Amino acid sequence: MTSEKKGWKELPIAGVCWKPSTEYLTGDWRTYKPVRNPEKCNMCLICHIYCPDGAIPFNKETGEISFDYDHCKGCGICANECPKKAIEMVLE
Amino acid sequence: MVLAKQKLLAMSGDEAVAYAVKQSKVDVVAAYPITPQTIIVEKFSEYVHDGEVDTEFICTESEHSALTACLTASATGARTFTASASAGLALMHEILYVTSGCRAPVVMAITNRALSAPINIHCDHADSMVERDACWIQIYVENSQEAYDSTIQAFRIAEHPDILLPVMVMLDAFFLSHTLENVNVLPDEAVQKFVGTRKLPFVITHENKRALFKLDPQNPMTMGPLDLYDYYFEHKRQQEEAMQKAPQVIQQIHDEYEKISGRRYGDGLIDPYRLEDAEIATICMGSTAGTVKTVVDQLRAEGVKAGVLRLRAYRPLPAQNIVDALKNVKAIAVVDRSHSFGALGSPMFHEMRHVFYDASTHPHLVNYIYGLGGRDMPPNLINEIYQDLLKIVRTNRAEKLVKFIGVRE
Repeated sequence: MTSEKKGWKELPIAGVCWKPSTEYLTGDWRTYKPVRNPEKCNMCLICHIYCPDGAIPFNKETGEISFDYDHCKGCGICANECPKKAIEMVLE
Repeated sequence: MVLAKQKLLAMSGDEAVAYAVKQSKVDVVAAYPITPQTIIVEKFSEYVHDGEVDTEFICTESEHSALTACLTASATGARTFTASASAGLALMHEILYVTSGCRAPVVMAITNRALSAPINIHCDHADSMVERDACWIQIYVENSQEAYDSTIQAFRIAEHPDILLPVMVMLDAFFLSHTLENVNVLPDEAVQKFVGTRKLPFVITHENKRALFKLDPQNPMTMGPLDLYDYYFEHKRQQEEAMQKAPQVIQQIHDEYEKISGRRYGDGLIDPYRLEDAEIATICMGSTAGTVKTVVDQLRAEGVKAGVLRLRAYRPLPAQNIVDALKNVKAIAVVDRSHSFGALGSPMFHEMRHVFYDASTHPHLVNYIYGLGGRDMPPNLINEIYQDLLKIVRTNRAEKLVKFIGVRE
């Protein structure tokens, strides 16, 4: 929680979100973190598509993918779906 | 006062509600049938089939889904309606809180029916009484005319920008829902002008944009998300604030409605009858009030200073209006068609005793639980209550605080 908390007179009704959820750094829930082996990876981007948290951004300019460890919860879906077994889940 | 030209139709309470909904330009009706509510949505589905309304009618697989469909449609800015009773309302329990928490102004008619077991389809107030803390405005009606009038008013109350809370309109099972009555109906145009279109307030979204309070892909927003100990309490406090403002809004809309219909029900919150100089009085809700008024007239003819206070709004509870209306009364019987097992009397009794705790007058307050499962409440039983009250005044002592009346020993 980085913003000052608002009182009931100021807050939008019905719990309407008044700030983006990206302020919440949920990556600290993680036990295992995904690590990519660039030698095995063929850049198919299946991990990028499957990540339920949008935590594997693809940079169109550099053509690279990376892990956003501030939001990755370590679910392991990317490692499970990777057809090249290029992602390993490593204990933090 | 410009009264609209009305026509008199013979309708049951259920049909009167369906007729009011037909005239109120409702966008979405989602429903699941349950006796004795079924006729409301059945009749309305005929209006849809016959092209009399352009409402989207959704047949759902349960009451839980019916209310969810209304809530979510309402969140997109639509005007929505559903109806239920008894077990159906109980199945909606979870979504009742979601609806008020999402500030969705859904209107729902409840034909008050007993809860199982044993299974009973007839009238008592247990089903809606148990939902009194769900942050829904609750209006209990005395007859089918009032069911029609209150349904129309309910859309305006619910959608008022200061309120944005769902509203339940309660009518007694069978006594009203299935009994034919002469009902004055307004012309379609008069009702449509009165209810108008739904106005939406603005909220600030997570993108720091000022947007209309509705789900809209152009202005994405999240309603009712995870809200833990650091914010949930503030949102509940906002709901209480809306309830605090509700009495004034209910009265204002009730007064405005009188201008087109010529009808009013007390001050809109309470309906006092012959209370000005009354020494003894009952407090009750629903169709029983009609019989009680007849008994009061008989007692008055005998020179007994009797009166009755019918509560129209139960949430918000018009505490001060109740105290003011009964300020000269020496003994009061709270006559309730529901019970709180193991508590000291019925739910209404608890609240009426609470209302008088800080009042300048302290009348005797006793409780009569009656009519569970649709048991009749004939004039002779009501008269018995007034005779008890006379005795309490005479002896300045109530022998028994809580009584069950009309039950076989």
